[in-house]
Amino acid sequence: MSTRYFGAAVPRLEDPRLLAGRGTYVDDIVLPGMLHAVFLRSSVAHGRIRHLDSTAALSMPGVRAVYAMADLAGFGAGPMPAMAPHPLLKTPITCSPLASDEVCYVGEAIAMVLADSRAEAEDALAAIELDIEHLPVVANARQGIADGAPRAHSGRDSNVIATLRGSHGNVDAVFAAAAHRFSETFEIHRGGCHAMECRGVVAAPEPRSGELSLWTSSQSPYMVRRHLATYLGHDEADIRVTAPDVGGGFGPKANVYPEEFAVALAALACGHPVKWIEDRQEHFLATTQQRDQFWSLEVACDAAGRMLGVRGRCIHDNGAYAPYGLILPTTALASFPGPYALAAFDLSIDVVLTNLVPTSPVRGAGRPNAAFVLERLADTIARRLNLPREEVRRRSFVRAEQMPYVTGGKMRDGSPVAYDSGDYARALSLVVDKIDAASFEERRAEAATRGRLLGLGFASCVEDTGLGPFEGASVRVTPAGKVVVATGAASQGQGHATTLAQIAADALGVDLSQVTVKAADSRIFPLGISTIASRVAVTAGSSVEIAARKVRDKAIKVAAHMLEAGEHDLEIENGQVRVVGVPDMNVPLSTIARVLSGSAGVPIPAGVEPDLAATGYFDANQLAFAYGSQACEVEIDPETGDTRITRYVVAHDCGRLINPLIVDGQIRGGVVHGIGNALFEHMRHDEAGQPLTATYADYLLPGAAEMPDIEIHHIETPSPRNPIGAKGAGEGGTIPAAACVISAIQDALGPEAPFVTMHPVSPEQIVEWIDQARK
Amino acid sequence: MKAPPFAYHDPRSRDDLIGLLAELENAKLLAGGQSLVPMLNFRVVAPDHLIDINRIPDLAGIRLSADDVVLGAMTRQCDLQASADLAASAPIIREALAHVGHFQTRSRGTIGGSCCHLDPAAELPALCALFDAEFDVAGPNGARVVKVGDWFKGYLESALEEREYLQSIRLRRWPAGHGYGFSEYARRRGDFAIAGAGALLEFAKDARIRRAAIVVFGVEPAPVRLAEAEQMLVGQTFSETLLAEAAAQASALDAMADVHVSAAYRRRLAGVVTRRALTEAVRLAREAV
Amino acid sequence: MSARKISLTVNGQAVEAEVEARVNLADFVRQAIGLTGTHVGCEHGVCGACTIIVDGRPARACLMLAVQADGAEVETVESLGTPEALSELQQAFRDRHALQCGFCTPGMLMTIEALLRVEASPTREQVRDVLSGNLCRCTGYQAIVDAALDAAKARRGTR
Repeated sequence: MSTRYFGAAVPRLEDPRLLAGRGTYVDDIVLPGMLHAVFLRSSVAHGRIRHLDSTAALSMPGVRAVYAMADLAGFGAGPMPAMAPHPLLKTPITCSPLASDEVCYVGEAIAMVLADSRAEAEDALAAIELDIEHLPVVANARQGIADGAPRAHSGRDSNVIATLRGSHGNVDAVFAAAAHRFSETFEIHRGGCHAMECRGVVAAPEPRSGELSLWTSSQSPYMVRRHLATYLGHDEADIRVTAPDVGGGFGPKANVYPEEFAVALAALACGHPVKWIEDRQEHFLATTQQRDQFWSLEVACDAAGRMLGVRGRCIHDNGAYAPYGLILPTTALASFPGPYALAAFDLSIDVVLTNLVPTSPVRGAGRPNAAFVLERLADTIARRLNLPREEVRRRSFVRAEQMPYVTGGKMRDGSPVAYDSGDYARALSLVVDKIDAASFEERRAEAATRGRLLGLGFASCVEDTGLGPFEGASVRVTPAGKVVVATGAASQGQGHATTLAQIAADALGVDLSQVTVKAADSRIFPLGISTIASRVAVTAGSSVEIAARKVRDKAIKVAAHMLEAGEHDLEIENGQVRVVGVPDMNVPLSTIARVLSGSAGVPIPAGVEPDLAATGYFDANQLAFAYGSQACEVEIDPETGDTRITRYVVAHDCGRLINPLIVDGQIRGGVVHGIGNALFEHMRHDEAGQPLTATYADYLLPGAAEMPDIEIHHIETPSPRNPIGAKGAGEGGTIPAAACVISAIQDALGPEAPFVTMHPVSPEQIVEWIDQARK
Repeated sequence: MKAPPFAYHDPRSRDDLIGLLAELENAKLLAGGQSLVPMLNFRVVAPDHLIDINRIPDLAGIRLSADDVVLGAMTRQCDLQASADLAASAPIIREALAHVGHFQTRSRGTIGGSCCHLDPAAELPALCALFDAEFDVAGPNGARVVKVGDWFKGYLESALEEREYLQSIRLRRWPAGHGYGFSEYARRRGDFAIAGAGALLEFAKDARIRRAAIVVFGVEPAPVRLAEAEQMLVGQTFSETLLAEAAAQASALDAMADVHVSAAYRRRLAGVVTRRALTEAVRLAREAV
Repeated sequence: MSARKISLTVNGQAVEAEVEARVNLADFVRQAIGLTGTHVGCEHGVCGACTIIVDGRPARACLMLAVQADGAEVETVESLGTPEALSELQQAFRDRHALQCGFCTPGMLMTIEALLRVEASPTREQVRDVLSGNLCRCTGYQAIVDAALDAAKARRGTR
């Protein structure tokens, strides 16, 4: 098979349209008779709705309807289904599309207004009379787990909805025998989604057929269809869900949201298409975030600083509901022991309800948290034993010759974790080398002459990618000779339309321009799961490979019949099947496709099914493990605490690269997200659960002027676990980045400063540490 | 986040504007819109009338005389930044403008809008304080001039009365060769500063400081001149000790705390930026000799 | 409420429309004219996704009322090039992989377009400075800076 495209940095096929302003995002969809929805949201973090009166609002200009949950009861009722059930959650902890009794976070939807314009709908919100009785608030997870804490849901006995445990080996014996044991506590805060496109939904009922069409800015359109069908009591076949162009996802758009259901219910109730476009204020209030984890950990190491075991517990801020089950804390737990070969570990996570918007994975999910604590523990050992930080890691890593390496950990489904391939020490050596750690002290001395503190940091990670069970694909050659790839995997900017086309083009020997990828439309492909967990290249990519090979085999079979040649004598090239060495003896794919499309009374070759098409479902039940190391330098102004990242180097192994341009883009964007978590993004709430940083002046996203150029080095160890050798690349940039930046800050602050166990760190915090170091 | 409904007026002359100010209740003036329109979109303001003063022809412009610079209230920030005359006569203004919002907001934002909105961390009102500005306001009851010390009434509150508008701002020029320094600290480029300072210095031939002006902004609810520090500097030859004393005065201001930073950190930064601004002013003054 | 008739030029085409005073320019070009390339990301003037060029200068379309554009010349991303014939700047974005989801991209393009008209040879630092007014969650900015510098170079070569 030729590999003209796989591995090549081809420009993206989706770009010309997007660059010319011809994308179609949900807000670009306009339907005749469409009404605009806005939501009345709770202004208190915990309360009971006593009274709702929409009479005045209904008489406002342009207003067509005001709905509370009871008004929609003819179409659906009760709490939403849980997306990812977990055995520890005996009953789903989900909200209703519209709250009718208790509200559990600021921003929870209570009623909706439909009007001729968004502005008129907003005008009417103020006219709805709402009386809410205030209930005691759980404003953070540590408060929620404390004795005598108020209940985040008034009907629950405890705010702890689950305690997850992950253990391996005899941790007590390992700790008892270890040369050293060190304890640290960590506070990790990660912010929200902040895709540049907020969420949005358009729902259109088709009164004649009874069908419902939904366009949603989602990472999981098929999950929306499945759960909405259940909720409405419809058949999936009667609901079409499409994710059109989506302006970024980063995790939170993978949830099935109350607004998606409410808009669908409202469209059915009023008989009009209904559009809801989340505004940025709503995004801060009602789109899931990741927020807080508090870890208390102890690490054991031998006399040489080799990590032997980790134990401890975590308090996890779940937010007010668990729409996504326990996926986030489970992912954090499944990320241990990271790249380290530990003889034992024993960790538990208390998942705590709070009266804040629910949490769910944000790029990296719980993995950046696990990476942060593990990397800080490695730095603790180095600091306490006066060893180079790299050396502690090298001594502790899983070694290349141990692959496949069974960690003792368990995946989210309970199956054992086995790393598939790679050389973790090599990735670290690469960044140490490329950032020129050897001459760092000279640079530090130079910076000191300018009154600046320079620091060098390292961090490493392993990432489970390609989460199962599948993302399927079909490949079809049309009678015009075009190749159409269809898949359920939705794109939010990852470039699937290019990478999946590259795979198909190679398998079928056609020019890339002949391939079109259609995705995330339930009428085009029957099944899909979700674009999450760095999984699409592995799952859908492998499925495209499988389907395209089937099509290729079929084309060769038919061509052999047409050319009266043996199948083994045929090759596929330039859109033709031809006899090897006799290029004039050929048949174009278009001709084969036409033959297999059938003509009345004309037989098609025996033993061949009609249509030059095939479907592939790669069985993705074995994960591919990407890994990497990062190194960076920070420069601190000790007077202001200002921290600039001056250099950033990444070594990353995501197996075979389908498109290096796209992979580099994923890594750079991922690193910057991690830098945001380390230094800038902080979603603050007060003790009443009121968000305090709900504008882009208060919630700081990483900006162009503060971000470094990022140098990337690839290691390509093909994964043995899928036919294309790929590992996911979507989150590997983010996972170790905050740990790397904090490690560099620690190094800049020097040995007298306190050990840094948190992020984000503010300039004010940094000057406090500098002051403490100087005391 | 759609603006609430309002009646829109776009007077074409100052007289028309005054007529509207006399007549309309609950009206807001729209200048560059870079602060007011977000407030409308968040619905934290809901005027019945919006009076857009962008179409009054002679409200913008930069006029220099021997002693003064007169800036029309509707002069855009990008035009202030681009003005060679202004850069030559008051170079700190261009320096400061690089920190005012972004390239994309300076093309609409105006000096008058900034001085009437009066964000505590805004650079332009701070410059007005530094240059002993006079604010030329007018309304149905006639015109009046407000000195900068009277202009700042408090947090987001200027001396502009409800039925008045700002016509222009008069800055007192400093002699050629004066030293200037501007320093601020913001988390990201274009953010409002946590603390900032501007300094102007004029040296006599004997290397003693003849005149000094220091403003600190972002620290108290409105920009403040460090009058005591200025007096202390005058007549002295510059020294590290003086610098430290001036910075100490900045650090003694009654700093605000907010969700992001403590008052203590703001005070610390106030000292840092004041020292940096003065250091730069001294350097440039010496360079100019 | 308060509706007005306005006439303006959008991407070289004369446009006349009646518009309610409170409608901002971003919503106007998207909804009244149907030019949906201009995106709305925050509606409070920070994200820059709605950046367009008004009378030659970059502006936040979410912070301008449509009635204020009466008589103005407005340029949106649709003026730059077509999918079949991308402008040098758009091409540089494609070559450098300077866009992922594409949502911030129109604002990025219009900001850089406005920059390159006043500064033909910007430094890397200058580009990062002007891009501080446009947020991107996907790319980490580096590729956008590269694309802007490539486009500047290409334009200097051909104009």
